[in-house]
Amino acid sequence: MAIHLSRRTLLGLAAGIPASAALAACGSSGPGKDGDGGAATYWHLSGQPQEGVRTGAVERFNEAGSKGRIEVTTFENDAYKTKIKTAIGAGKAPTIIWGWGGGTLRSYVRAGQVDDLTPWFDRNPEVKNRLFPSSFGAATVDGKIYAMPFESVEPIVLFYNKRVFDDVGVEPPQSWDDIMALVPRFNAEGIAPFSLGGQSRWTNMMWLEFLFDRIGGPEVFQAVFDGEKDAWSHPAAIDALTKVQDLIKADGFIKGFSSITADSNADQALLYTGKAAMMLHGSWSYGIQQTEGGDFVSGDGLGFMNFPPVEGGKGDPGNSVGNPAQYLSISSKATAEQKEIAKDFFATGVLGDQEVKEWIDTGAVPIAKGSEKLLAESEGAEFLQFVYGIASNAKTFGQSWDQALSPTAAETLLDNIARLFQLSVSPQQFTDNLNEVIGK
Amino acid sequence: MSTPTGSTGRRDRRGILPWLAVPALLFFVGFAVVPLVGVLLLSFTTWDGIGGIHPSGLTSWRAVLTDPGLPHALWVTFLVMAVSWAVQTPASILLGTFLAGRQRYRAVLSLVYFVPLLLSSAAIAVAYKALLDPNFGLGAGLGTEWLSKDWLGRPWLAFGVVVFIVSWQFIPFHSLIYQGGVQQIPRSLYEAAALDGAGRIRQFFSITLPQLKYTIITSSTLMVIGSLTFFDLIFVLTEGGPGDATRVLALDMYKRGFQANLMGPASAIAVVLVLMGLAIALLLRRLGGRDAGESQLEGA
Repeated sequence: MAIHLSRRTLLGLAAGIPASAALAACGSSGPGKDGDGGAATYWHLSGQPQEGVRTGAVERFNEAGSKGRIEVTTFENDAYKTKIKTAIGAGKAPTIIWGWGGGTLRSYVRAGQVDDLTPWFDRNPEVKNRLFPSSFGAATVDGKIYAMPFESVEPIVLFYNKRVFDDVGVEPPQSWDDIMALVPRFNAEGIAPFSLGGQSRWTNMMWLEFLFDRIGGPEVFQAVFDGEKDAWSHPAAIDALTKVQDLIKADGFIKGFSSITADSNADQALLYTGKAAMMLHGSWSYGIQQTEGGDFVSGDGLGFMNFPPVEGGKGDPGNSVGNPAQYLSISSKATAEQKEIAKDFFATGVLGDQEVKEWIDTGAVPIAKGSEKLLAESEGAEFLQFVYGIASNAKTFGQSWDQALSPTAAETLLDNIARLFQLSVSPQQFTDNLNEVIGK
Repeated sequence: MSTPTGSTGRRDRRGILPWLAVPALLFFVGFAVVPLVGVLLLSFTTWDGIGGIHPSGLTSWRAVLTDPGLPHALWVTFLVMAVSWAVQTPASILLGTFLAGRQRYRAVLSLVYFVPLLLSSAAIAVAYKALLDPNFGLGAGLGTEWLSKDWLGRPWLAFGVVVFIVSWQFIPFHSLIYQGGVQQIPRSLYEAAALDGAGRIRQFFSITLPQLKYTIITSSTLMVIGSLTFFDLIFVLTEGGPGDATRVLALDMYKRGFQANLMGPASAIAVVLVLMGLAIALLLRRLGGRDAGESQLEGA
């Protein structure tokens, strides 16, 4: 009996310990610098058609490359944001870090997790000079470049449904007063003036980005970005916040907007089904309308314009906001060999002719100069040339606020924006709450 | 197994039995105690999850305890806990008692009721979100005005929806527990009561409910502790919104830690959550009496 028990005990222990050891090991291993010594690692976002373009560029590099290989791992958008943060914090970052630049990049820089690329760009001016200059702002921290801009420029655009405008017999707005005058016209017809995926919060933020700029000019948000004390209390800010609440009170947005999310594309559907007349959204919306809206885009139903000026406002109506580009950084924890491969990829593998063409095919405007001809020949030529025009002519191309600010300040911002749109905080309370996190 | 084979055998068993607990203990220490201590230590630091960890004394605690968001999140957590308990417990007891009957159609029904338990919270949340969409959801599809409300966009409606879905998801589980509990009650009790002239309702209140005392405590503990850590369903459904109407403590912790990069304050909230969970579990045990092992059939 005693022997029986002890044997079972031993077996139990034997089974238990390796299992727990294996589980413990799971926590610390994972893709990182300790993978295949010769290859650089690269994480980016999944989701077609963009994923195909990204991996295609890497495959071409791997086939042609003499120096080394790049191994790609893809993640879904929201999962990636958490995963990359955890990996970098744990010192297990991939060699090449895909990102949005701005505040998140700054937090990597402060922690010494990414390499300064300024000397490399100085030695390779041809790499730098072929990209839109406006794309470097969000890659620059304290005057040094920590990321290579690439992929496409994505301004926020005012989309509208031409068919709905024809039915109601009105013209697209040329000013803020026009917008406020259109609201009752559409509501009278049972059509929501604006579609909005308000639960996603950054969707609401786009309205403030434009109103701040049109009323007070880019300096207003720049002061926040620079960490000036009480920068949110600028009179133009209060004016913009009041205007957006006026629009909400006038039923300017679709009923139930605060329970609509942007990732389900329900806000897009409202526009192409004609339940809403207009929508302020990123330029990537064009591709979504094209694939999901039936003949909406091909049948010339989709109109687009830059956000109109506000009467008496100081901002240049040509200004825009959005994503100036996407960004690639190099982990400071990578081996010298991996860093070499990454730089080689930046110089020869990123935004090559084939990739530029593929981006245009997805309905995006790549940030490489000299693509005007390809844009003009493309299927969505009218829209792509419009986006190219905004990107190349804007005096200021602001980065989306939640990307520009630190993650801590961005979370407070989005939180208060949601409340502002719920009408549960006043403009004054909004600015008070946000003044507290300036510079954090 | 308990055949006494002499003093040596008994001593051996005493020596060996504790060892059987070692694998479980290793797991518990590795996956519960160590992280817990880690969180406690982190709550006294400043860390953005990316750079270095800097000890900062009580800064995180001060930030969390003075933030008006904390009492609000506590209040929402308590409300979700209390309301979902108040909805689930009576419903589960009634359903469980009903399903404890031996009739065949009840066995079939209990299978049907079990279905929500097979679905993951995320899937349930996505499905309900689609159904409740004010423009493309069930209300718009069926053309019924009362169904196409802004369910997740008004604070109290959203709260009600959360409680409803939580109940919908977990009533089957608790019904199962009560079904088992009711089936444990000896038939002789009911027969005696019937002889004394007690009707069905009287039997339910005088026999079934008192006999279910420990089942109620078990089920309530599971509900209450479970609702402290509600996260996935609410995160997918409302992300704590509109505003902060459904932002429970667990969600507040996640947002601070992983969205705002404030690991110190997030850890402080985690410690608060652990303490609350322990306190409530202890309280419920006390309510049930210390002698949980006592016979439920005394005097029967």
